[in-house]
Amino acid sequence: MKTILFSLFALFVVNCSIAQTNEFKLPNVDVKTMDGKKFNTSEIKNDGKPIIISFWATWCKPCVMELSAIAEKYQDWQTETGVKLYAVSIDDSKSMNRVSPFVNGKGWDYIVLLDANSDFKRAINVINVPHTFLIDGAGNVVYQHTTYAEGDEDLLYEKIKKLAKGEKINE
Amino acid sequence: MRFKNIFIPVFILFSIYIQAQTNNEGQLHGNFQVDMQTYKEDSLISAPKIPEKMLLNAYANLTYSKGNFTAGIRYEAYMNTLSGYDSRYNGNGIPYRFLTYKADELEVTAGSFYDQFGNGLILRAYEEKGLGYDNAFDGVRVKYQIYKGVSVKGLVGKQRFFFDKGPGIVRGVDGEINTNELLKFMSESKTQIILGGSFVSKYQADKDPLYKLPENVGAWAARMNITRGAINFNTEYAYKINDPSADNLYIYKPGEALLISTSFSKKGFGVLLNAKRVDNMAFRSNRNAGLIDLNINYLPILTKSYTYSFLNFYPYATQSNGEMGGGAEVMYKFKKSTLLGGKYGTNISINFSRLNSLDKTAPSDTSVIGISGTLGYQSDFFTPGDELYFQDFNIEINKKFSKRFSGNFIYQNLIYNSDALRKDHKQTYVFGNTGIADMLYKINDKNAIHIELGALFTKQDMGNWIMLQAEYSIAPKWFFSLSDQYNYGNEDKDLQLHYYTAAIAYAKGANRIQIGYGRQRQGIMCVGGVCRSVPASNGFILALSSSF
Repeated sequence: MKTILFSLFALFVVNCSIAQTNEFKLPNVDVKTMDGKKFNTSEIKNDGKPIIISFWATWCKPCVMELSAIAEKYQDWQTETGVKLYAVSIDDSKSMNRVSPFVNGKGWDYIVLLDANSDFKRAINVINVPHTFLIDGAGNVVYQHTTYAEGDEDLLYEKIKKLAKGEKINE
Repeated sequence: MRFKNIFIPVFILFSIYIQAQTNNEGQLHGNFQVDMQTYKEDSLISAPKIPEKMLLNAYANLTYSKGNFTAGIRYEAYMNTLSGYDSRYNGNGIPYRFLTYKADELEVTAGSFYDQFGNGLILRAYEEKGLGYDNAFDGVRVKYQIYKGVSVKGLVGKQRFFFDKGPGIVRGVDGEINTNELLKFMSESKTQIILGGSFVSKYQADKDPLYKLPENVGAWAARMNITRGAINFNTEYAYKINDPSADNLYIYKPGEALLISTSFSKKGFGVLLNAKRVDNMAFRSNRNAGLIDLNINYLPILTKSYTYSFLNFYPYATQSNGEMGGGAEVMYKFKKSTLLGGKYGTNISINFSRLNSLDKTAPSDTSVIGISGTLGYQSDFFTPGDELYFQDFNIEINKKFSKRFSGNFIYQNLIYNSDALRKDHKQTYVFGNTGIADMLYKINDKNAIHIELGALFTKQDMGNWIMLQAEYSIAPKWFFSLSDQYNYGNEDKDLQLHYYTAAIAYAKGANRIQIGYGRQRQGIMCVGGVCRSVPASNGFILALSSSF
C-alpha cells in the first residue's frame, strides 16, 4: 500500500515538474518591516527594474557573508541597473529584535523584511538559507540559487545586468 | 486506510488537472530533501550499533496556487529515522495538507497550518527539520483585516504528533492594531505604536484518578511595539491559568512570562538590550507530554546563536519551568579610512547574556517547594534566583584586510550549568574559553579558500579541544571541505580522539547535493532554545535538496 502511494507520489511530482516552467510569480504572504508594520509580499516592486530577494538570518554565516559582499558593490549595482535588494530575515522571535541593530551595525542599505514564522520562506519553498531569488521587470522569478560561495555575487550581477537590458537569462 | 483509498484517485485527478492547467495562471511549486546516513559501530565514541546500517529522512512539499486558492501537501518518509531524531517518526505518510482561500481582506485555511501570535509566548506552531520539530495545527484558521490597521485571526485545531495528532483541542484568537494607520491624529506622528493581544485555550479531558485537573486551560498575552526614529521598544506579557502537567510536576500555580527588548540603531551603530522572565510557562496540548512534543507555545531564548561548532558545544535551552535574565549587545562599524577601520572598515560586536533560576519559596508555612497537587511555590517577580543557568560573554570582530583577504574572529567566555541544562549530574558547571579565527582568502573571482581554526579550553566535561577546517569553493557550484576536531585535553587518554569529517557539495541553482563522511561526537543540537540530543555516529552522509 505504502509502495503504491509512494510511486503515485513520485509520478505526481514528475507529472507536475514536466508541466512546470521555471518562471513563476511571487506568492502572496504577509511579513513585517523592521518597525513591525505589516507588509504584503505583493508590494515587492521596483518600477520594472530587477529585484533580488535574499533569504537570510543574523545567525547564518554564509548569508551574512553574501549580503556583506553585495553591500560593498550595492551602490554601483544600483546606479548601473537600478536593482533593488529585499533581505528577508527568517530570524524568529528569539533574534528578531536583533535584526534592526544588526543591519544598521553592518551599515546595509537593503530593504529588510521580517519573516518571523517562516511563512514567506515556506510559501516560496526555501529549504535552507542563504537562498537568493532574482526577479525580472515583469515580476517573474527567473533565477534562484541556494548556498553561497565567495564570488557568487559577481555571477549574480552578470544576470542582473542582462535583466536590466531586458535580455533573458539562461541557466 | 479508508482515507487513503479515497485519496489515490483524487491525487491522480489533481495531478492531471494541474498538467492541464499550466497554460493558465496556475502555478505549481515545491521542494524536496533527502538525508541518508550509513552507520558504523564505533565503541570509542560510543556510537551504537544500528541494525538497519543505513537510515533515511526525506520529505517533499508541493504547493499549487491558482487565483485566490492555494493547496499544498507534504509527504514525509523516515525509513528508519536518522539516529538522534525521534524514532516515533518511523514510517511514512502525508501528515501535512491544506487548502487556503485568500481574497483581499479575508484568508481562510482548512487543514494543516503554522502560525504564531506575537512572540509565540502562548502560541506558535512551526517546523524545524533539523530538530524533527513539527507542531503544526490541523484544523481551521481565519484571518481578517477588519479595518485599516486592524487585523484579527482565529484558529481551532489539534496538533501534529508524529503521524498522529495530540489529544488536546487548541482554540485561539489574536488581534493587532497599528495605531498610526487606524487613528487620524497618529497618522502624522513620528512615533509608531502597534498593539496586540491574544487568547488561547486548550481542552483536554480529565481522566486523572487523583487530581481534579482543569479541562480548559486559558492563557492570554498582550504586546506593544513602539518605534521612534532610531529607537525600537518591544514587549510582551503572557499569563496562563493553573495547568498541572508533567512539566511542572502537577502543581496548580498559574504561569507567566515577560519579554522586553529595546534597541537603538543608526547606520554603523546598534545597541540591543533584552530582559525576560519565565515562570511555569510550559504549555502543551497534552498535559502528560514531554521532550519537544505538542508544545502550543514557544519561549524564545535571548542568548546569541552561532554557526561555529565549538560555540554550540554548550548551548542554552529554554527553562520553561522558570528562568530570569537578560542580555546586551553592541554592534559598531569602524568606518573606512579610519585608524581602526582600515581601508575597508571593521565590524565589532560585543555581547553579554546571563540567565538565572527563579527565586522560589514555599507556598505556605506548612508546605515545601514543588509538591504535586499544591500551588508548588511562590516567586517574587523582580528577584532572580541564586542558581546561575548560563552566562555568555563574547566579542566578534569582522575585518577585511585586503581585496582578497578577510577574517572573522571570536572570543567567548562561557559558564554553563550542566546539571540544570542537560541533567548531567557528574558536574554542576562547565567553564569554557573559546577562540575562533575564520579566515577567507580569495584566490580569484571564483576560487576561494576558507580556513577555520578553533580552540576550546575547559577543565570540565571532555576537556580541551582544537579544530581545523578547510573549505575550498569554486563559485557558484563546488565546495570541498575537510575538518578535524581533536579532543586532546580529555582526561581519559583513550578518549583523546580525532573527529574527522570530509564533504563535497555541488549546488546548481536551487539544487544541492552533498556527500560526506563524518565521525560525530555525542552532543546537543539546539535551534532557538529547543534542543534534542544527538548520539555519536560514524558513517557516510548523503544529502540532496531541491526547490522548484
